[in-house]
Amino acid sequence: MRYRIVLRRRFKTGAFFEGILPVISIFAALLFSGGALLLFGVSPLAAYRAMFRGALGSGYGLSEVIVKAIPLVISGVAVALAFRMKVWNIGAEGQIYLGALASAAAVRFLPSDSRVVMLLTMTVAAIIAGGAWGYVAGFLKSRWNVNEVITTLMLNYVGIHLADYFIYGPWRDPSSLGFPMTPPFPPSARLPLFFGTRVHLGILAAVLLVLLFRLVIRWTRWGFEIRAIGDNPRAAEYAGISYGRNVVLLMFISGAIAGLAGMTEIAGLQGRLQPGFSPGYGYTAIIVAWLARLNPWGIMMVSFFMGVLLVGGDTIQVINPLRHPRRDTYREIRGTEPGA
Amino acid sequence: MVSIGPVPLVSMRGIDKAFVGVKANSDVDLDLERGEVHTLLGENGAGKSTLMNILSGLYTADSGVIVINGEPRVFRSPRDAIRAGIGMVHQHFMLVPTLSVWENVALGLEDQPFLLDKGRVIERVGDIQKRYGIHVDPLAPVWQLSIGEQQRVAIIKTLYRSADILILDEPTSVLTPQEARALFRTIRQITAEGHGVIFISHKLDEVMDISDRITVLRKGKKVATVNVKDVTKESLAEMMVGRRVVFQIGKTLQNPGRVVLEARELVVRGDRGRVRVDRFSLDVRQREILGLAGVSGNGQEELCDALAGIRKTEKGSIRVDGYELVGKSTREFQKRGISYIPADRIGTGLVTGMNLRENIALRKYWRKEFTRFRFFIHWENIAGRTGQLVERYSVVNPGLGFPAKMLSGGNLQKLMLARELSDDPRVVIAVQPTWGLDVSATLFVRETLLEQRDKGAGVLLVSDDLEEILSLSDRIAVIHNGRLMGIVEDPDRVTEEQMGLMMAGTRLKEFSNPVGEGSEGHGKEVSPSL
Repeated sequence: MRYRIVLRRRFKTGAFFEGILPVISIFAALLFSGGALLLFGVSPLAAYRAMFRGALGSGYGLSEVIVKAIPLVISGVAVALAFRMKVWNIGAEGQIYLGALASAAAVRFLPSDSRVVMLLTMTVAAIIAGGAWGYVAGFLKSRWNVNEVITTLMLNYVGIHLADYFIYGPWRDPSSLGFPMTPPFPPSARLPLFFGTRVHLGILAAVLLVLLFRLVIRWTRWGFEIRAIGDNPRAAEYAGISYGRNVVLLMFISGAIAGLAGMTEIAGLQGRLQPGFSPGYGYTAIIVAWLARLNPWGIMMVSFFMGVLLVGGDTIQVINPLRHPRRDTYREIRGTEPGA
Repeated sequence: MVSIGPVPLVSMRGIDKAFVGVKANSDVDLDLERGEVHTLLGENGAGKSTLMNILSGLYTADSGVIVINGEPRVFRSPRDAIRAGIGMVHQHFMLVPTLSVWENVALGLEDQPFLLDKGRVIERVGDIQKRYGIHVDPLAPVWQLSIGEQQRVAIIKTLYRSADILILDEPTSVLTPQEARALFRTIRQITAEGHGVIFISHKLDEVMDISDRITVLRKGKKVATVNVKDVTKESLAEMMVGRRVVFQIGKTLQNPGRVVLEARELVVRGDRGRVRVDRFSLDVRQREILGLAGVSGNGQEELCDALAGIRKTEKGSIRVDGYELVGKSTREFQKRGISYIPADRIGTGLVTGMNLRENIALRKYWRKEFTRFRFFIHWENIAGRTGQLVERYSVVNPGLGFPAKMLSGGNLQKLMLARELSDDPRVVIAVQPTWGLDVSATLFVRETLLEQRDKGAGVLLVSDDLEEILSLSDRIAVIHNGRLMGIVEDPDRVTEEQMGLMMAGTRLKEFSNPVGEGSEGHGKEVSPSL
């Protein structure tokens, strides 16, 4: 008896299959990375147990997971919004840096002792700067049809190096013993923290943005317009929906949201601007958005899961150091995307 | 000549196929002999396409056998079917729009070197073009071609693969009478060489003209297989629909009112930047259907896109009720009462991934009655309106929340008509509105257009189906190469030959006395004296 594998097209994917697919691929990724761990002579089971215990086994671990999930949710919403119109904003990372840079500038040049005033100034600055970064790509797209993947990707480098210029140069803290960082922010420029953990007010922004994303996509004229463009640009044109106007607006808003993630990150956690404060949240956001299938609730869930991997990864580096501790091994787990 | 050999070229026996709950084919038999044109006749949803998709390997039958040349075959993919010599030209041509003609032809060829041999492919395409008299520029990208030209590419593609069995799904719906005749010559050429052709159609005249035998399907079952000699148009229609069919549509005489749509000296460029509409003028009056006849790809679609405000008008003037619209936004055209039924309902007219409500909303969502607090969409109102429209236009659907892609072609068109015609438009521009529709849906669309006319709209009807133009229009304008060839004031007094001449580029005045021509006296054109 000979067997053969026959590939046949499915006419319908069941809801069960849709839901189970990401889970299967996550397990496949864990399995694959387990093989890599074995090569280093580490028991994958023990490593994973340590990982999940570190992330979920204590109140502290859980709070850290949420801390990591906040910027992922915010920038996940930013890119998912753009993806709904099939505009590929790969530039959330740069937009995060621009947002952080602008809020640091606000602290430096428009200081205020009132927390409300200071935080609002920083928020506005971050939104405008991140939005402007997105706007550039949107404008180029609408005016000369320049590919937004290229422009947003390249603007990432510009944004990150621009921030570095100020951190290493004019804004460097003279009392930092040569470390590249700006002076610490005054208390008025810090987001309130909750429950004695590092969970900051950014969590509110994240939840609100998820709700807002859902509201805009489902219930507003603009949400309908960008969905129509995303699904069938020719039909949208026929319906009188302007691509150019919408791509500019969309990229501004997407960039502004990502910029906000930069602000909450430095005002909530670091309390100053320093290089590499975002370990690629803007890129991970792309994975978050697609794993969540651009679904608002999904973005929350996937971000939480990513937080677990990040915190768990940190944990096992501490308690079970490999001979060559490489975070990349764990990034392998995070960076896996299902069939998409 | 049909040669009845010991074994038929194709023999399908007892074919069953069900999709989620719906039986698309049930115990269907079909035989194709060498040298035969075998027509598959049936209404939309009768199961013709399903049966042919099974034969071409796109679907697998739930049960039943396919025997090719006496040899039982199981097709797991279109590739298997192509290897068995089956070539299908789909109704929606399966071409890659961004690739050029020759690349589309070469796509999926098996015996190609790693780097395509462009010269060889183009040379063979040239041979096929000469042999069968089909002309397309092999270097042009497919997205720039008209629907008619794209069909030619699809036919070339199957001929290139030396198909023995050619399946043509509604091939004439995009052709002029002359082109259709050329296609029929091509088909006869193919059968003369011993190949078999399966022809899918519901245009009874051409079915009677081209077929040797006809198999009629109704609701997934075979009604009968008959010799063309033994049947009439009427008996075929009865078999197909299951009851007696009245062909006449009730067209009443109307007195056209004043001009609603006035276009003057329009210049419009196509996607390639070439001038596709050249100083074209026309008037559409209230209570009249102005037919626009022409070979597909002569600027009709660009003209209509411009008249509907979705393509830039380079020069000229478009007025609705005297209000100038050139330079205004697409939405302004909509607000002035222009409804547009584009030719490409799946690619342009509808968003098939969105549900029925959203498709009804597509060109209306911005209206006051459908918005709340200006920025929000009033989905309840849209759902209510969609419910009414779906009922009034009898759109068969699984539910308003289901994506439009689950509807059949006829119902998609009804959905689009429902959206475009529901608010008493001033002007209705309908391009190929009955393309690919079955008899009942076609009648429905035609009656709906006449109803719009009787209610006071000015209708501009663009069609490659000359019979449709002749039977529906009150006046006919003919376009060739983007220019107006003349306006026929009395369609009853023009012959198909004369129409064909104009469509091929002869001006009306060249074979009759006083003429109306685009740039001169609009509206005082005189019918040709015959």
